[in-house]
Amino acid sequence: MRFLAAIGATVLGLLAAVGRVTLYAVQTLSHLLRPPFYFRELAVALLNIGWLSLPVVGLTAIFTGGALALQIYAGGARFNAEAVVPQIVAIGMVRELGPVLVGLMIAARVTSSIAAEIATMKVTEQIDALVTLSTHPMKYLTVPRVLAATLVVPLLVAVGDVIGIAGGWAVATGTLGFNPAAYLKNTINFLELRDIISSLAKGGVFGFIAALMGCYFGMNSGRGAQGVGRATKGSVEAAAILILAANFVLTGVFFSL
Amino acid sequence: MITLENVHKSFGSNHVLRGVNLHVPKGTSMVIIGGSGTGKSITIKAVLGLVTPDQGRITVDGTDITRTDRDAFLARFGMLFQGAALFDSLPVWQNVAFRLLRGSLKRPRDEARAIAIEKLRRVGLTEDVADRLPAELSGGMQKRVGLARAIAADPEIIFFDEPTTGLDPIMAGVINDLIREIVTEMGASAVTITHDMSSVRAIADNVAMLHEGVIKWTGPVAEMDAAGDPYVDQFIHGRATGPIAAVR
Repeated sequence: MRFLAAIGATVLGLLAAVGRVTLYAVQTLSHLLRPPFYFRELAVALLNIGWLSLPVVGLTAIFTGGALALQIYAGGARFNAEAVVPQIVAIGMVRELGPVLVGLMIAARVTSSIAAEIATMKVTEQIDALVTLSTHPMKYLTVPRVLAATLVVPLLVAVGDVIGIAGGWAVATGTLGFNPAAYLKNTINFLELRDIISSLAKGGVFGFIAALMGCYFGMNSGRGAQGVGRATKGSVEAAAILILAANFVLTGVFFSL
Repeated sequence: MITLENVHKSFGSNHVLRGVNLHVPKGTSMVIIGGSGTGKSITIKAVLGLVTPDQGRITVDGTDITRTDRDAFLARFGMLFQGAALFDSLPVWQNVAFRLLRGSLKRPRDEARAIAIEKLRRVGLTEDVADRLPAELSGGMQKRVGLARAIAADPEIIFFDEPTTGLDPIMAGVINDLIREIVTEMGASAVTITHDMSSVRAIADNVAMLHEGVIKWTGPVAEMDAAGDPYVDQFIHGRATGPIAAVR
């Protein structure tokens, strides 16, 4: 009986957490549509989440694209299919690795930073101070960050896709003997519009999840340094898991129907 | 005037407020004293709507705080937080002028900056502090910036949460004098929470002693020493023995 009770309590706790996060997401969307709008905070968030994430995204994509080219070449050689490297690198980066890796890098870099910042604001009473200064914390802190991430992560994914393909191209033409022009032509001819749309749509969803988790865990942080640490860790774990789960669902939506 | 009637607030099994009754007349300075964890901060947070009481009624000038326009209500208040609660990412002047840069009290940026600098001067800080970040200031300077922010929009009611905690005695005296002067010249009502008896004597018109979630005694500061209340007597003399347990 105790075992069943423990399972029941875990399930109920999980459902309650899902309910709280869903409610928070709905409230965020509701505030997104109603003034006041804090454009300065939005601009700062766009800079922090978008522009300042470019180096991490670029480096992740170029190394992944290069490694992907080597793996596909080695795997393809087992059944004389080395020539598919441009096509598989392109589809792999655009459909899957580009959005997922960018999403996970954003979870590591941005979600953690948002959660730590907002949690610190909470434990130092800055959130209470915002309220006493007639400023809604969700409008001032959550909405600009979530909106910025939703807008800018698709652009980061696009950049990641291009750089990843460029990494594959550099390795394939530099070490595997591919013709540079033919490689690019094969890549462009193979990709379809829905590959690109799915990539950007995934980016938008992952950006929303990453920023929302940072804000949610920050706003609900416990007291003291330990509370901030737990909020930060929890936000990255939740964001990473939700991004991977959303990726599975979105891949099913775009490519199984 | 601020009135709390039978206000209760619990966090799980921790019953913090157990029926607080308090009356703060308009234009007076009320200081709430009491040990750590007795519910002083929760009391003022309940008035501001930062926590919702489980039971009881809070009115400001006769109006129930749950039935007022929230923005207009909060625009009447200023608050100095215990740790100043300055926004790290904003320079000092934008912290002070925060309310004047957005919302219903929004002013042109130059005007808001000029008001911020004037308020900084009022609390004894020079203009060169205006463009620094809060992290570059000492604890005493941060408290003064917090005080400048609390008075920036000329509020009718100001709350001070432990205004001298963590300050040396000289800086604590400076802050106490500033609070008294500002409250007097602005004609504002003030509620201060403190453990510091020198603050009580410098700031208060009236004193309320909060213990175990209820007001044990309230009266004019001049009557505090002769109150004859064992809780007040033990607290103001800092005795380890008495009705207030030393270990809580």
